[in-house]
Amino acid sequence: MGSYVPGTEKERQEMLQTIGCNTVEELFAGLPEQIRLSEGPDLPEGKSEQEVMSIMEEAAGENRVYKTCFRGAGAYRHYIPAIVRSIVGKEVFKTAYTPYQPELSQGILQSIFEYQTMICRLTGMDVSNASVYDGATAAAEGVLMCKDRKKDVVFISGTVDPKVKAVVETYCDGQNVKTVTVPVTGNGMTDIHELKEMVERESGFACLYVEQPNYFGIIENIGPMEEIVHGAKGKLVMGCEPVSLAMLKTPGEYGADVAVGEGQPLGLPLSFGGPYLGFMAAKKDMMRKLPGRMVGETKDADGNKAYVLTLQAREQHIRREKAGSNICSNQAHCALTAGAYMAAMGTEGMKKVAGHCTAKAHYLAEKLTEAGLETDADTPFFNEFVTKIPEGSSVTCSDILKALDEKDILGGLELDDRSLLWCATEVNTEEEIRTVADTVKQMMGKAGE
Amino acid sequence: MKTIFEKSVQGKYQDIIPKCTLPEVTFPQELTRSAALELLEISETEMSRHYNQLAQRAYGVSDGMYPLGSCTMKYNPAVNEEVAALKGLTDIHPQQPASTVQGWLRILKIGEDYLKEVTGMDAVTFQPAAGAHGEYAGIRLIREYHMKNGDDKRTKVIVPDSAHGTNPATAAMCGYEVVSVPSDSEGGVDVEELSKVLGNDVAALMLTNPNTLGISDKNILEITEMVHEAGGLCYYDGANLNAILGIARPGDMGFDVMHMNLHKTFSTPHGGGGPGSGAVACKNILKGFLPGIKIEEDEEGMTMGLYEETMGPIGLYYGNVAVAARAIAYMLTLGKEGMVAVAKNAVLNANYMKTLLEKDYHIPYNEGCMHEFVISAEDLKKETGITAMDIAKSMIDNGVHPPTVYFPLIVHEALMFEPTETETKESLDRVSQILLDIRKEAYTDPQKLHEAPRKGQIRRPDEVGAARNPILVFEDGKDL
Repeated sequence: MGSYVPGTEKERQEMLQTIGCNTVEELFAGLPEQIRLSEGPDLPEGKSEQEVMSIMEEAAGENRVYKTCFRGAGAYRHYIPAIVRSIVGKEVFKTAYTPYQPELSQGILQSIFEYQTMICRLTGMDVSNASVYDGATAAAEGVLMCKDRKKDVVFISGTVDPKVKAVVETYCDGQNVKTVTVPVTGNGMTDIHELKEMVERESGFACLYVEQPNYFGIIENIGPMEEIVHGAKGKLVMGCEPVSLAMLKTPGEYGADVAVGEGQPLGLPLSFGGPYLGFMAAKKDMMRKLPGRMVGETKDADGNKAYVLTLQAREQHIRREKAGSNICSNQAHCALTAGAYMAAMGTEGMKKVAGHCTAKAHYLAEKLTEAGLETDADTPFFNEFVTKIPEGSSVTCSDILKALDEKDILGGLELDDRSLLWCATEVNTEEEIRTVADTVKQMMGKAGE
Repeated sequence: MKTIFEKSVQGKYQDIIPKCTLPEVTFPQELTRSAALELLEISETEMSRHYNQLAQRAYGVSDGMYPLGSCTMKYNPAVNEEVAALKGLTDIHPQQPASTVQGWLRILKIGEDYLKEVTGMDAVTFQPAAGAHGEYAGIRLIREYHMKNGDDKRTKVIVPDSAHGTNPATAAMCGYEVVSVPSDSEGGVDVEELSKVLGNDVAALMLTNPNTLGISDKNILEITEMVHEAGGLCYYDGANLNAILGIARPGDMGFDVMHMNLHKTFSTPHGGGGPGSGAVACKNILKGFLPGIKIEEDEEGMTMGLYEETMGPIGLYYGNVAVAARAIAYMLTLGKEGMVAVAKNAVLNANYMKTLLEKDYHIPYNEGCMHEFVISAEDLKKETGITAMDIAKSMIDNGVHPPTVYFPLIVHEALMFEPTETETKESLDRVSQILLDIRKEAYTDPQKLHEAPRKGQIRRPDEVGAARNPILVFEDGKDL
């Protein structure tokens, strides 16, 4: 049995004597007798470290680690530099808690301050918080920053990740905020004409949530949307893929009011979906509406530079039911990881990753087109794109995925019987791309015979 | 120390990924950044030293006692870190076919079964990423329940005045009006006051038990029954579950839904403020509304689906599952007898430390404390001018992390201690002696305490100035 209790029986007896008790049970007198588990919980006996490790290793062995992965759709396989793992594995970074005591926590506070700065440089926004749970809750908190008593209708583009959309809808529903979906054009982009008309019709319009690139990988035409949204005195909330921001026009440059996104591509392993990292940044005039922790620079009593948790008057432990969100501590260690990742990659490294992503995704799209799948050549995309199986072909997506699976490749995500959403990053090689294309070509060729 | 940006020099880089040999893709100018990215440029040597310096300016459980009340800063076992780092757990895409994630589903199922047993509940979801997130899920479940029953006139949630700030904030975030009930003289819920606010407009009561004073409410069964009789449901805030682990169960106390802070009770590293895991457990009446994945087993193996009437997702995927995996490894280690040992030793340690301090320090709610206790420095402040904050900062000068201060709000000049079961008698003795010495110094040398800390990384910071003139990002060339 391992409960990690360091005390000995002798010490326990001494402690009881000091307290003035005969048994530890006496200390539980406040619990009504009828709810006490007289026999203890009905669980297996405790296991040794070796047994626990072997159970977990066996379970981990039942998961399939694909040699090659061309699936993204919200979670991305990237190379994680060794220095990042080494840094975030330091015991003190793991076992510290929220830096409530600044005199003992300058290192943690500074790491957050540096992370906030990096997020602002990446997004082109003025201020960033210290993190929220994930990209989906970041979007939800982002749109809720924009509502007020008269503006309680949130527009969500139909091109955003449906998983994110569902979370935004859950959160809005909880506060009786109405959500409206903006239609998608035939080529997978936000329908700007419809958006304009819908905004004009809706007096309670609070904000638009749109993603760049969108769920289908397409780079949206944000400029006109910004004009429509701000023309109607609404706010623009942009969901961004962080690696793409090394290359693409930033939410700051588009004039977005709030920028959010999923930070997982910044050095966090896939880990079956979590823990990940929601980043949130805003224009200065929205600063006091940002939820979550924020670190600020100040001076100590001797006039030396110091970092502290700041603007806490927004938060639940001060404002209680009047707080904008109930969020408190969340993903600090993930933010530390993202910060270390951006530091290791540096300006050039980030651009290089973005360059790999686009070059490889475009090469993959070209090869898959040659192999007989349809892609939309006219819409610009970053590192994801959708292929369609031509009308009349007897091949299905599951046929393609099965054939790839046999080669230890996780193919694109099936959106419907004929559509797959593909992704490529720097970890994919040209050879892997050719293998995928050859496999697809064989399938399509066979079907044509 | 300098920021990482002040160490950045143009031209420095780390050679991490290979050169891309495929043709570069260019986008029309209107789609690309007009101002080129300027993040930072630093060598691996300098980066390694920078973060080492940051690490030296931090304090973790690995450095010593960390008695933050209601945060349960216990030792984080090393094996759990190795578990979470297994390649078969880390390199798994969340949208792989269920047949290729059988191990993950099996681990989560083990976790569900253990948690159902120790909570006395019928179902568990791991989707909530933190305690506050779990509270949100729990109160939304209650809302779904009332809505489904056509009971849409229930607009209020009752929260005791000793509750964590997240409780009222959560209720408000779920669209409820918050009604606060006072504590009685013993620190429990004032039952008479509770009966006055109960009615057919009450959706739920949110309760932490033992509460933030460390006291288990002696009327707990009566309280949950009263709420149920009024047609409301009972929410258990699991922040203090460590005190009763394996001894008593929220489900048996009459609670319908609860969250756990797996990072507290089940010892996953707090990470400088997350990631945690706020798993939610509930009774059958709420099960169908759960968010996250429903894991079942058939002839083919483990399957993952959604609950029939799910309230909708509250996270991108299935929660902080790598945190849950650590907690589940810990549950396997504890087992039947280990769970009980955790609670017993946590309560013993807290009571021992309280005994060492109670002759000198005022403990306003002193009867029936379990895993934590709250000192009030109000008398000391009157006599010497020394505040709870001065005591906390003086602890830093003695190399110990302070407790939670100025919480719960119902105790003035509060210092809230939770030593946890993984502290030794030696460290409890040592820290208690430090506190007793500080109290003496309050009378002999108050100025020293007002000026503490002197041996911290910094002196006391100007927090008012920080909030008045917020500097949230580093700007080159800016001198404060």
